Amino acid sequence: MSAGNMRLTLKVWRQSNTDTQGGFENYNLDGVSPDMSFLEMFDILNEQLIEENKEPVAFDHDCREGICGMCSMFINGQPHGPLKGVTTCQLHMRSFQDGDTITVEPWRAAGFPVIKDLVVNRDGFDRIISAGGFVSVNTGNAQDANSLPIAKENADDAFAAAACIGCGACVAACKNASAMLFVSAKISQLALLPQGQAERSIRAEKMVAQMDAEGFGNCTNTHACSAECPKEISFENIARMNREYLGAKVSSKAV
Amino acid sequence: MATSSRLDARIPQGSLEDKWKKYKSSVPLVNPANKRNIEVIVVGTGLAGASAAATLAEMGYKVKAFCFQDSPRRAHSIAAQGGINAAKNYQNDGDSVHRLFYDTIKGGDYRSREANVHRLAEVSGNIIDQCVAQGVPFAREYGGLLSNRSFGGVQVQRTFYAAGQTGQQLLLGAYSGLQRQVGMGTIAMYNRHEMLDVVKIDGKCRGIIARNLITGELERHSAHAVLLCTGGYGNVFYLSTNAMGSNVTAAWKAHKRGAFFANPCFTQIHPTCIPVSGEHQSKLTLMSESLRNDGRIWVPKKQNDTRPGNEIPEEERDYYLERRYPAFGNLVPRDIASRAAKERCDAGYGVGSSKLAVFLDFSAAFHRYGQGEANKNNITNASEAQILEWGKAVVKEKYGNLFDMYKQITGEDPYEVPMRIYPAVHYTMGGLWVDYNLMTTVPGLYSLGEANFSDHGANRLGASALMQGLADGYFVIPITVGAYLAGEIRTGKISTDHEAFVQTEKEVKDRIEKLISIKGNTSPELFHRRLGKIMWDKCGMARNEKGLKEAIVEIRALREEFWKDVKVMGKIGDFNPELDKANRVADFIELGELMCIDALTRNESCGGHFREEYQTEEGEALRDDENFMFVSAWEHIATEKWELHKEDLVYDNIKIAQRSYK
Repeated sequence: MSAGNMRLTLKVWRQSNTDTQGGFENYNLDGVSPDMSFLEMFDILNEQLIEENKEPVAFDHDCREGICGMCSMFINGQPHGPLKGVTTCQLHMRSFQDGDTITVEPWRAAGFPVIKDLVVNRDGFDRIISAGGFVSVNTGNAQDANSLPIAKENADDAFAAAACIGCGACVAACKNASAMLFVSAKISQLALLPQGQAERSIRAEKMVAQMDAEGFGNCTNTHACSAECPKEISFENIARMNREYLGAKVSSKAV
Repeated sequence: MATSSRLDARIPQGSLEDKWKKYKSSVPLVNPANKRNIEVIVVGTGLAGASAAATLAEMGYKVKAFCFQDSPRRAHSIAAQGGINAAKNYQNDGDSVHRLFYDTIKGGDYRSREANVHRLAEVSGNIIDQCVAQGVPFAREYGGLLSNRSFGGVQVQRTFYAAGQTGQQLLLGAYSGLQRQVGMGTIAMYNRHEMLDVVKIDGKCRGIIARNLITGELERHSAHAVLLCTGGYGNVFYLSTNAMGSNVTAAWKAHKRGAFFANPCFTQIHPTCIPVSGEHQSKLTLMSESLRNDGRIWVPKKQNDTRPGNEIPEEERDYYLERRYPAFGNLVPRDIASRAAKERCDAGYGVGSSKLAVFLDFSAAFHRYGQGEANKNNITNASEAQILEWGKAVVKEKYGNLFDMYKQITGEDPYEVPMRIYPAVHYTMGGLWVDYNLMTTVPGLYSLGEANFSDHGANRLGASALMQGLADGYFVIPITVGAYLAGEIRTGKISTDHEAFVQTEKEVKDRIEKLISIKGNTSPELFHRRLGKIMWDKCGMARNEKGLKEAIVEIRALREEFWKDVKVMGKIGDFNPELDKANRVADFIELGELMCIDALTRNESCGGHFREEYQTEEGEALRDDENFMFVSAWEHIATEKWELHKEDLVYDNIKIAQRSYK
């Protein structure tokens, strides 16, 4: 099927469902091409398993171009593998050597229960956004888009924070399974823009409260999250979130 | 020729400019107390679905939203790169609603509906307002105002963007609106759910059957209206720029329950994608059309030239788009750029190991921008190397993420060597037939965004998909659905115990059991690849009668083989991606047959539909307006049997011409 000639040993986490115990299985794979993406390598593994009448490995993936945030493998101890600034789907086999053994696990965090094999449940992230990650503007209420100039610098910073793809690598990378990089990216985006000012305080309070309720841990400043983030979201966002949260708590009327 | 009596587009009377305004002020309304008792199901949470769900919930309807991904934020709109069009005329370059309308009709090669396209142009400006108000961080100029760029087929700058991640930012805006309503309890969100059928009671759509993809359970959901916002069907070709999960299943089920499928053969092949590197390839990656603002496309003047692009001297390069289309140059529409690339490669001028690629080269842009930076900083003695360095920094700011993506996939650095690109399947203009209200031929069943056929004719212009998705969701459906729901205020809650729900669920269950019980030898993946190859070879960038006839025979054989030999691992009551895939591939096979039938029936070339028998001497698409100025709407009758209904296209406001970008 492929012109490649790499041989690999894959050590893959298999788990039937949330309630059962999982474990590693070893698989040998031949004919891997360096031009394949990591997920295409998994496609070949799965076709091989199907041929052997074994159940293929379940893994999340969709766009395969690094933007949807759905893929989520923990590869050799690093979320999204060894390269900086890429998702698993953008990782190519040329980053590995012939004969390598590669260990692949799901995200591991109390806030992300395993659904099956490498697939985890990240609904907690959606609930955090529901708690306050928005501007309350109903459709049809908007004024002309250019009526409110925004300094390019602020717009650029807001964009850099908004580039988060919600994959959860930050949580997976953190020894405390903290979701602070994810939460702070959204709080920062909206705190930097005039549109976000009206709900600035309540947003910080509510999103942080939901983050805690989901069982994500606290930040102890190891910076593993931003080091592993495929979109290289800056750690500064966490500092900004802490300022936003403190400011909000001082004058809090709610939560 | 006359429009089929089965198709009433319900286009409002009056002049083109007044239709939507008048319609809005005369459409029946549903009062707030009644809205609370009316349920709407939204399937798909891309730009169209998320914006529709959020807006309908804001208005007071009870909404249920469904997506097959693990979160609504993952829908494939997220991957749109370049931008979104709007007739704001912020650049004072002569843009207007009429001009956007005109460009879109012409870009679609005169195969779209005037009234729908004009409405799209009218609401385009509101979309930008809405998105900015949500905190979407569009690119801005130093003065703090919004920045614009150009896209293909257009001579103004009307495209708003957020680096190369415009779709992501717009979708996250719509998603935030959706999640806000989820938090308020006005939307019930069902992620990891796939719609597997439409339920009809007394001819009206009354709900859906969905499968919980975690537990494998089938669920019945009733509603007074169902909106399918389920995207396009480009994955019928196996290799496309679509996400792996993008599929036609929801639309196809609707089709088999009576919704006509319009212009299925109108598919868009995008000219600038990263070429296929090998058999293992699972998808193709787009390089945004915005790159054609600054990149120049060329091939060597000599056939079979194997030198690296940066070693081929200027005078030995053929900038074939600039040569053939001096007025639009590298910014001709997608169908034209794609065919021109294919023509050069077929003639032996292609580059790279496969010879199926052309160069997209930024060296002139590096130089131009670098010189600009030098001028800005009053540096007159800069070296060529410095100028290039500054120029690369400017290009990096504009397109950095695209350049990075290219490097990751190909292993080549596009700052040093020209990109290699080749056309790939990207978008489908065809889709479920809808009237002016976006309602399909099944009452109460609507289709929005890429899933419908209505706005892009035979070819979509760049940056118009995001515009249409959000126009449909934010501004069109919230008004037009009222026309139908005003008649539903006395219906009351629809019981899912109704015989129609029981029966439809049973049919879905039988099919799933059949799929898993075949236990054949071939995986769904391999069937999908085989289908894709037939489609690309015989119903792709160029089609002819002989090939299409062969394709139909081959696809029918493939379908029979599939139902005898597919091998689906795993269990029904479980998280089982193989079963999901088998279900989708089965529908793609049926769709593929209809696409070929449609392409065979349309004896003309227009937009993305290029029949080799019908071309001008210069190799341009040759339309036949006398015989084919209609929408093909196909009614499903039985296996291998469809009936064609025609909707005449009437152009009262636009002068029809041979499309020229010379």
